[in-house]
Amino acid sequence: MSKPKFSMYWGASCGGCDIAVLNIHEKILEVDETFEIVLWPVAVDAKYADVEALPDGDITLTLFNGGIRNEENEHMARLLRRKSQILVAFGSCASEGCVPALANLYPRERLFETVYAGPTTENPEGRRPLERAAVPEGELHLPKFYPTLRTLDEVVEVDYIIPGCPPESHQIAAVLDVVFAALRGEAELPPKGSVLGAGISTVCEECPRKRDVKKIRAFRRIQDGPADPEICLLEQGILCAGPATRDGCGALCPLAGAACIGCYGPSEGVVDYGARLMSAVASVIDSRDPEEIERILDGIPDPAGAFYRFNLAGSLLRRGR
Amino acid sequence: MSAVNSDSPRIGVYVCHCGSNIAHMVDVEEVRAWAEKTLQSEGVVVARDYKFMCSSLGQELIQKDIQELGLNRVVVAACSPHLHEKTFRAACEKAGLNGYLCELVSIREHASWVHTDREAATEKSKMIVAGGVKRVRYDEPLDPLRVPIHKRTLVVGGGIAGIQAALEIANAGYPVYLVEREASIGGHMAQFDKTFPTLDCAACILTPKMVDAGEHPNITLLTWSEVARVEGSLGNFQVTIRKKARYVDEDLCTGCGICTEKCPKKVLDTVFEAGLGYRKAIYTPFPQSVPKYPVIDTENCTYFVKGKCKACQIFCPTGAIDFEQQDEEITVEVGNIILATGFQTFDPRRIPQYGYGRLANVFTSLEFERMSNAAGPTGGEIVLRDGKTRPESVAIVHCVGSRDRRYNNYCSAICCMQSLKFAHLVKERTGAEVYNFYIDMRTAYKDYDEFYQRVLSEGANMVRGKVAEITDAARLPGEEGKLIVQVEDTLAGRQRRIPVDMVILSVGLEPQRDAYETAKLFGISCSANGWYTEKHPKLDPVATMTEGIFIAGACQGPKDIPTSVAQGAAAAARVLGHIQVGEMSMEPIRASVDEARCSGCRICNGLCPFNAISFHDDRRVTEINPALCQGCGTCVAACPAGAISGTGFSDAQVLAQIEGLLWDVRETVERRP
Repeated sequence: MSKPKFSMYWGASCGGCDIAVLNIHEKILEVDETFEIVLWPVAVDAKYADVEALPDGDITLTLFNGGIRNEENEHMARLLRRKSQILVAFGSCASEGCVPALANLYPRERLFETVYAGPTTENPEGRRPLERAAVPEGELHLPKFYPTLRTLDEVVEVDYIIPGCPPESHQIAAVLDVVFAALRGEAELPPKGSVLGAGISTVCEECPRKRDVKKIRAFRRIQDGPADPEICLLEQGILCAGPATRDGCGALCPLAGAACIGCYGPSEGVVDYGARLMSAVASVIDSRDPEEIERILDGIPDPAGAFYRFNLAGSLLRRGR
Repeated sequence: MSAVNSDSPRIGVYVCHCGSNIAHMVDVEEVRAWAEKTLQSEGVVVARDYKFMCSSLGQELIQKDIQELGLNRVVVAACSPHLHEKTFRAACEKAGLNGYLCELVSIREHASWVHTDREAATEKSKMIVAGGVKRVRYDEPLDPLRVPIHKRTLVVGGGIAGIQAALEIANAGYPVYLVEREASIGGHMAQFDKTFPTLDCAACILTPKMVDAGEHPNITLLTWSEVARVEGSLGNFQVTIRKKARYVDEDLCTGCGICTEKCPKKVLDTVFEAGLGYRKAIYTPFPQSVPKYPVIDTENCTYFVKGKCKACQIFCPTGAIDFEQQDEEITVEVGNIILATGFQTFDPRRIPQYGYGRLANVFTSLEFERMSNAAGPTGGEIVLRDGKTRPESVAIVHCVGSRDRRYNNYCSAICCMQSLKFAHLVKERTGAEVYNFYIDMRTAYKDYDEFYQRVLSEGANMVRGKVAEITDAARLPGEEGKLIVQVEDTLAGRQRRIPVDMVILSVGLEPQRDAYETAKLFGISCSANGWYTEKHPKLDPVATMTEGIFIAGACQGPKDIPTSVAQGAAAAARVLGHIQVGEMSMEPIRASVDEARCSGCRICNGLCPFNAISFHDDRRVTEINPALCQGCGTCVAACPAGAISGTGFSDAQVLAQIEGLLWDVRETVERRP
């Protein structure tokens, strides 16, 4: 009997998710032992044509990381959906857009302006990427760059979500163990739509810092001076996203004295991460004077980035207009 | 998201004309037809419109459909849920459908009343209906909460409204705590001389009631006390009352008054005597004070300021003076609360051109009340500020601070009658020439206009016009040494300058300076002007939106003594109703915490206005006490983990309603395989 097939693919992403999978150490051998890897650009050599040639539903498990930024991303998302029994939105980009989705606040032209004509770019002829370009060797084709970034589940149906930027390796390993067990007929797969490799509460659940009733009179950032190592960062005025962010990472950032930035996304059942975090933070600002409240809020220099750093595409807002 | 209740929804939509209230601006028939056709996909099986859905015929329409068509959800598009939510829930219950599976959406307040474009209002109404239909799919059957009603009642404010309320309840046989922040009950009425229109002596009719309240076995009088905290809800409030130190032991004091007599320190009395007279540093506000025990004003007491004197202690025959006494907090449990916290008067210094505080012989109405009171600082003599000269001419200015866009827009209700009373008293006591300056003469209610006629027949001059200025700068012969009232006489159609010896400013009524804080303390709301908001302006004038908290008297808006008394009695009747029933049903709208999802972040811990949230340090989770929770939703909105949900306001319900409201602009996410 041939081995079940596995693929991993990247859309608009940084590659960190792939590294996180490789970082599961010796368990990667079990992956290789259990599966035939048919596509994984970062690890094995395969061609799109090979995947296209497979019968529909032939791949057992696909981990798709990265958002849908361009035509190629979408094409591959649809292709892999068709070919896969289980499609996992792997990591923050695929499940909620992540940092690349902050570009959704700007029109495509603004983005090109920044990238191809910004102060860090040498481009005296003002060249821009063309979808089609005639060169002596023939016509070249670049995938169309979409106006906004979409999450994987905005484009195709997704079976599971594994959150994180990137997902923690021990969590990936635990999910793979469940898959291995299911393939051996020893376990049931979780219900479709589940979030895997994470908890259902928030980072505070795993954070050992001492917590009290919160009253914020001023925001500060960690570069403004050392934070108390024992006390809840938010209570110290550091905008920690832990209260709104799904647990599973082990509260790594707050343990290291840095604010949680929210990479594990919303906790179970929350529809809009940024709105949740914003209304929570706004609730504990300790002032009734509108002017003072304004002053306190000025301590958050980049609200979109602070509240929607990982979640803009997956939020109710999805994009600017 | 899928509907919580998996049985396929069979929804009935009922669109109300509300006579012409809705129908004149919304094409009700079109909304009905649209809902029946377009919302079929959402489970709508029938849509009807009717002239008055709230009528028994309208309700029967719904009931018949529930029974014959097997409806399991109902949406009524009519007025605000404040008005008829209960009506339609009850109608559904009668037909065997849980009342909480019925949504009332407002196309009157939210559409017809606020728009002038019929087409747009009709389109908006469709969206509102769609929101209700989308939402109702997620509604779950709920049962009202039953709460037992504690038999004790708290009345806050010992003016005439509060006294009346306390007496009514006490006379019915139930215990009352009557809290008053001044040293005696009696309120403003105790300061007055005569009362309009009958000219009864205020003290003669008030003091027997004060004594009744003071001696009533069912009334616990807590004067010189203020409410510090309120916890709990209808049926079971825990109220913490701060009893300010009197420095007089009430168990020993006989009220003989020797301490006051011997006290060497005279203090200008800006409260009871309105700044016109003096009191001692140890004092009762007035001779008939209830209770009789004096208080020491520590800011002025020589002992408290300089550390020596103790005259009161030395002369007290029962050793009742206790300089070591401390403020004390007591907590009482009550089932209902009546707020009768009254009003304050407008400060006429805010109208500098009227000269109050600058021109000696410009008086406020409250000063005049004290002056004309036989027990007041002048012994009832109407005299100028020098304390001896009788005025030969007196101007009485109505509407000072009232009906004026710069100060208070509203009519203070009592000033016309009060000013006519002053005119009568001045005439009677001094024979002076009297001029009343009024904008409009408002003498509604029983025997009021008759009193106006009487004052007219007594020869008071009525000048219709708003006074521009009161000055002592004489310009014309005969003005020297006088106050000149500059006014446009709108009936004569000319400017007039009227020289007088004395001016009385009939100042308007304003909410107490701390009305907003008090409202917050008790969890009720204020109007933009600061008056407490009643549950319904016509049909529920003494209840508030907070169950178990009632309002009476001028704290709800300017009103005269008869109306205040009526409201005090009305509030008492409402409370007695609660006590008699013994148990009330309450909306089952409560917040609850999913402990598995609560990370114990403590964001919500300081937010609950009803102190229903507690934190369990051992388990690191937050818990909400359903007996204290009022379902306001503050914590639900604040919980960053989404671990707190509000019954009847789940994310699914709210988002579905929003989706419905955005029906005409919705985009579906396209997922091609």
